Amino acid sequence: MSAHLPILQVVVPLLAAPFCLFLKRGRMAWGLAVFASWAALAIALALLGQVTQEGVLSYAIGDWVPPIGIEYRVDIVNAWVLVIVSGIGAVVAPYSMASIEREVEAGRIPLFYAAYLLCLSGLLGITITGDMFNVFVFLEISSLSAYALIALGQARRALTSAFRYLIMGSVGATFIVIGIGLLYVMTGSLNMADLAQLLPEVWDSRTVKVAYGFLAVGFCLKLALFPLHLWLPNAYTYAPSAVTAFMASTATKVAVYMLLRFFLTVFGAPFSFDVMALDRVLLPLALVAIASMSLVAIFQVNVKRLLAYSSVAQIGYMILGLSFATVTGLTATLLHLFNHALMKGALFMAMGCVMYRIGSVHINAVAGLGRRMPWTMAAFVAGGLSLVGVPLTVGFVSKWYLILGALERGWWWAAILVLLTSLLALVYIWRVVEVAYFRDFPGDEATREAPWTLLGPTWALVALNLYFGIDAGRTVGIARQAAEVLMAGIGP
Amino acid sequence: MTTLLLLALAVPVAGAVFIALLRRNPNAREAASLVTAGALFAIVLRIYQAVSGGARPEVTLAEPLPGIRIALEAEPLGVLFALIASFLWIVTTAYSIGYMRGHHEKNQTRFYLFFAFAIASVMGVAFAGNLFTLFAFYEVLSLATFPLVTHAGTEKAKRAGRVYLGILFSTSVVFQLLGIIWVYAVAGTVDFEPGGILRGNVGAGLVPILLALFVFGIGKAAVMPFHRWLPAAMVAPTPVSALLHAVAVVKAGVFAVLKVTVYIFGFEFVAETGASLWLMWAAAATIILGSLVAFTKDNLKARLAYSTVSQLSYVVLGAMLANALGVVGSGMHIAMHAFGKITLFFCAGAIMVAAHKSEVSQLNGLGRQMPVTFAAFLIGTLSIVGLPPTGGAWSKWFLGVGSVEAGQIGLVAVLMLSSLLSLAYLLEIPLRGFFGKEAGGTHAPADGHAHAAGGGPADAHAHAGAPGHDDHAHHGAPRWSVAAIAVTASACIALFVYPEPFYRLMTMVTGQ
Repeated sequence: MSAHLPILQVVVPLLAAPFCLFLKRGRMAWGLAVFASWAALAIALALLGQVTQEGVLSYAIGDWVPPIGIEYRVDIVNAWVLVIVSGIGAVVAPYSMASIEREVEAGRIPLFYAAYLLCLSGLLGITITGDMFNVFVFLEISSLSAYALIALGQARRALTSAFRYLIMGSVGATFIVIGIGLLYVMTGSLNMADLAQLLPEVWDSRTVKVAYGFLAVGFCLKLALFPLHLWLPNAYTYAPSAVTAFMASTATKVAVYMLLRFFLTVFGAPFSFDVMALDRVLLPLALVAIASMSLVAIFQVNVKRLLAYSSVAQIGYMILGLSFATVTGLTATLLHLFNHALMKGALFMAMGCVMYRIGSVHINAVAGLGRRMPWTMAAFVAGGLSLVGVPLTVGFVSKWYLILGALERGWWWAAILVLLTSLLALVYIWRVVEVAYFRDFPGDEATREAPWTLLGPTWALVALNLYFGIDAGRTVGIARQAAEVLMAGIGP
Repeated sequence: MTTLLLLALAVPVAGAVFIALLRRNPNAREAASLVTAGALFAIVLRIYQAVSGGARPEVTLAEPLPGIRIALEAEPLGVLFALIASFLWIVTTAYSIGYMRGHHEKNQTRFYLFFAFAIASVMGVAFAGNLFTLFAFYEVLSLATFPLVTHAGTEKAKRAGRVYLGILFSTSVVFQLLGIIWVYAVAGTVDFEPGGILRGNVGAGLVPILLALFVFGIGKAAVMPFHRWLPAAMVAPTPVSALLHAVAVVKAGVFAVLKVTVYIFGFEFVAETGASLWLMWAAAATIILGSLVAFTKDNLKARLAYSTVSQLSYVVLGAMLANALGVVGSGMHIAMHAFGKITLFFCAGAIMVAAHKSEVSQLNGLGRQMPVTFAAFLIGTLSIVGLPPTGGAWSKWFLGVGSVEAGQIGLVAVLMLSSLLSLAYLLEIPLRGFFGKEAGGTHAPADGHAHAAGGGPADAHAHAGAPGHDDHAHHGAPRWSVAAIAVTASACIALFVYPEPFYRLMTMVTGQ
């Protein structure tokens, strides 16, 4: 059984998806989705345990030996990402019941859960597979289901947002498949481990460099790196609350993983940094993303859109860590994948609670909620403090390593920029907090705190924000180990 | 022994819980406050006994990052700070009972609750075993005091809260945190060690930059130009201004500067590298400018706030002198200024409650009605200026001698000039009180006039809509408050005769 965990990781949610369609009642579909999400998390944790003890796991699908057959390959890097994705899924799935029943019409709820499970299995598939073309297949599964999920939002603008995402996402996916195709032409292989062996011989060829370029643009579109982020704010704003919480914590993270896996494992860190100057290309984009998107976030009046712009800025932090081209920098990137999922998940879920009771996420809608919905707003404050990077939250851990990485390179100006922009985060979080705590509640007296089915999962994430902020030894250890694996071939 | 350290943190937190539980019964709630404060002081006293006997108890609470611990350790400097803060908490609690009731403040439970949290974080700052722990409790302290600053809930309080948190947070995050991570990057540790951890790890060029990151990054030390939060915080109820913004919070700032200078840099190392040469002049400029601004303020609390800005830089200056005498003077000034300034704030609050006066120009003749209060104000003034027979004389003495030893005669002149300035702007108040001519009666019309001219801290208009309270004017200050004033004023004099404990603690710090 345990030998088949890699394939079960993907197959369990994938098979659960069509069953949701047969279940006519929304609650039953929800139950199945929760079960599948928790099973996925259990498998991911088991895989992480196996990898830390036994090293790399290789699983040949249908016993077709790689590099001919499709290989699922789990090392510390993607085991880590699998835990992030399935962990967020396991928290969002129970949360989604109340939230989705409020925001999506009853007849579509089984469809919603089918799409959600497809999206989950697509993201897990991208992460676990060791085959390039398989990446593309799962990328399409996750993307198409994501478009459908976003289009389920209440506002009519959800449709245009989903359509826009579809166009941009398809462009990105096309670029990626062109890159994969060019690499296949040059080497005759689609297996990542195999490619890593074959590619150094053809490093000099222009085709490989062009493939690298196509892949870079495709990944950056998918992970919403400035200036290719335009699809993201609307998509996050108009999607149903549970979808936003799920996507914001997983989709872009998996895209970052794809970039790391392709450029550092397949092409190899020496090629990426020494030949293609990846660090020097990404550094300015990351800096501009962090500064400009944090500024833009300050002026938003829709809190979900505010958080969406903040996400684009946070992606900048992850890419900044990568552009240091050191183990410490990459550790910061991998830590922030996890930490940002925790904090943004908590923040979006708190806003989902507001949406549930008030029916709006405009900044004026939170007026007076500090007293009216104390647990919801306390969760928002805690998530916000984590986003700002206050000590004893996970945000501080990410910031610590990011700044340490900058100082190791002697780039003190980058360290100062990171610190200054965390103040911008304080400003946009504080705007919401002030409205919530200093204004009077305008609505009717009957408005109560959100139900515990929403608050429970939200506070679970808040608790993780604090726990891994106080005891980050394990997460830092895994992230550093993963960074060392990815940076193999380059000094510390 | 280590349990005492944990108790020093846990007792105020437990007190906060009791305060919240007893919110329906104000008498029990205030009793809980007093008992907690007393218990905390007893605990700190036990720690003091152990530390002066040479023990250095320490305990690790958690290890958030590999090599970065949340650890508590008692050493003489921290004990000195904790002693002062915990003792004055008892006095302030007694004072608050009179003040908050006499002033009919709202949300008193929230007030006592966050007060207890603030004290808990002050204990964390005092006993922090490394830079990271210090930073964490420093930030918690900012957050815990925010609801106290914005207690009135008015637009003005909200704006003041923004300035308060904005400056404290941005300086600490941008400069202080950068400094901490930089220290970790070069030294591989952030633990406080006698003699410092930087010697041999950094080039001489980096030391001044790192030291500046701490001096300006510890915004609670209020070195100009990052002092604006302190006058803004005066919008809070007076007990908050008294304990937090004359003692606990601001002293947490200068204490942190001193602690970093001694235990991270090592003051000998600072002296060798000349890292503090320009920083001592930044402190000197704050001393003079703060005094000059204090002159222009007619609002009593605002004047005291700028006086605090000026006096805090004495402590910073002592640290920047980077010699044993300067460090001793610096540490003693933490103690002496605390007792002097809290007396002055207590008096200001008593005047506010009893006579509803908040401006210096309104105080004419009031001393004849409130003789105890104004006499105490005179004693506090003498201690701030540094004249015998008050404790302030000792710290000024050591700071002056330290300046001479550092070869900075110019700084001696600064110290003397600033003493004269503070004598002038503070002495005006008791002089007006005892000898000034009353500009009309203190009855209802004069009172109404006071509010129209007020425009000062929130307390001034808290009563604007309640003319029925005018009869307070002749009741004098609440009894609890007068008792508290008497205690701190006598302490100012007692410390002149018996400064020994603080002096001994500081000589243990400098290792002589």
